[in-house]
Amino acid sequence: MAKKKVVLTFPPEKIEQPITYHLVKDYDLIINILRAEIYEEETGRMVLELDGPKDKIEEGIAYLKSQNVTVEEAARDIILNEEECIDCGACTAVCRPGALYLNPKTFELEFDKDKCILCGLCVKVCPLGLIEVKF
Amino acid sequence: MVKSFEEINEKIKKGEAVVVTAEQIIDIVKEKGVKQTAKEVDVVTTATFSPMCSSGAFLNFGHSDPPIKMKKVWLNDVPAYAGIAAVDAYIGATEFSESEGMRYGGAHVIEDLITGKPVKLKALGSVTDCYPRAEIETYITKDTINQAYLFNPRNAYQNYAVAVNSTNKTIYTYMGTLLPKFGNATYATSGQLSPLLNDPYYRTIGIGTRIFLCGAQGYVAWEGTQHNPSKERTDKGIPTSNAGVLALIGNLKEMSGDYLKAAAFYKYGVSIFIGIGIPIPILDEEMVEFVSISNKDIYVDIVDYSVPKRDKPTLGRITYADLRKGKITLRGKEVPTASISSYAKAREIAQVLKSWIKKGDFLLTKPVQNLHEEGITKTLDIRTKEDL
Repeated sequence: MAKKKVVLTFPPEKIEQPITYHLVKDYDLIINILRAEIYEEETGRMVLELDGPKDKIEEGIAYLKSQNVTVEEAARDIILNEEECIDCGACTAVCRPGALYLNPKTFELEFDKDKCILCGLCVKVCPLGLIEVKF
Repeated sequence: MVKSFEEINEKIKKGEAVVVTAEQIIDIVKEKGVKQTAKEVDVVTTATFSPMCSSGAFLNFGHSDPPIKMKKVWLNDVPAYAGIAAVDAYIGATEFSESEGMRYGGAHVIEDLITGKPVKLKALGSVTDCYPRAEIETYITKDTINQAYLFNPRNAYQNYAVAVNSTNKTIYTYMGTLLPKFGNATYATSGQLSPLLNDPYYRTIGIGTRIFLCGAQGYVAWEGTQHNPSKERTDKGIPTSNAGVLALIGNLKEMSGDYLKAAAFYKYGVSIFIGIGIPIPILDEEMVEFVSISNKDIYVDIVDYSVPKRDKPTLGRITYADLRKGKITLRGKEVPTASISSYAKAREIAQVLKSWIKKGDFLLTKPVQNLHEEGITKTLDIRTKEDL
């Protein structure tokens, strides 16, 4: 069994179709929709966690691609300007999954991308405006 | 064993002073005991790097030709107070930009000046025979103006609060974003490293004390506004809430952008991270007792920030050691904790100050006058002239 977090971009003609349903029904995957949004230009974006056997995850992703859904790794959509970060920890206060945390020894900010659900709460909260989430 | 400021300074000048940080002293005292530590250690450095709204800078722009008596002043569209002579102004950290709102403010202007960026100065004058110019628009940097010094009315609070939110909706405060139903708890101060927590009765920190201020050598100018030393204290004399506080002064031109950072708290406004380091001389064994405190000895009140009243309810009291563990239990619920001041930066400042003193670049000063050890803050009430 494996877990994979992906960001899906749906073209306008696909936003009304029950695509994620097929991941459950046809590929036997446990899906967890962490975030979903439809934008003004009518593209849809979704942060999705896939849980299941590795080959089934790959087949599911192939199915999504065959439906013209763009599949990207989730972690690359968060940009933290570590150079300018002052390690105040304000972002850790709103990070429910605990992806942003202070190292208990150095008290410097650490970012565990695998835990991030791209909720974007940290973006507004950073007092120096150093975090960007492209979603 | 009693040492004087003068004796400690002689050792500093000779490069013989033993200087450690307020974090390092904890284990030294544990290992060697109070008596021996008082003999061996001369200075303990404390530090904090935290948002401190009550900050700002006095600037003197120099005279234009023809001269102007400035009545209204804007720096990068942020209003500054100019009701002081002709070309003096005070820019407060929390003032908003008139064009960008709360994303850019006085704090950002101050940071831009420190880092050497050009800042747009616009001023309107009141025309007189000696000051004929009505308005001016130009650019300045810290090098083109006469004086630029931070004068921060309320900095380095002795202790603060743990902020929580009991309501069903998120609230936005100077303690950061507080999630509903005790979704998180935020706290400030550097705890065991914090200056006034290591000198709880202000024996050595007073008016005239030389300090590290944002990378330069600055001074304690006065007691901070709302200095409130009579607040409740624990057996060790440590207040469990904000209590004592300092007004600080220092030359902005010598400061570093590494130790002053403008901040914007979402839906609250502009604030400023100020880096402060204060040396504490080990005059005797009592001072060793004071500086030996660690996070487990420092309690702080948990305050419900969702109550929009002057006196917010206190829900309990907890140590910094517990806060640092990342979660606390409040009303049976596990609540994640987060600091809004940088302990990593505070550590760095304590180290920098330590190296200055070891090198003999920084001498200690005995307070010209001590801060009040007692006193409370007054409240502002609606009253008529006749009530007084």
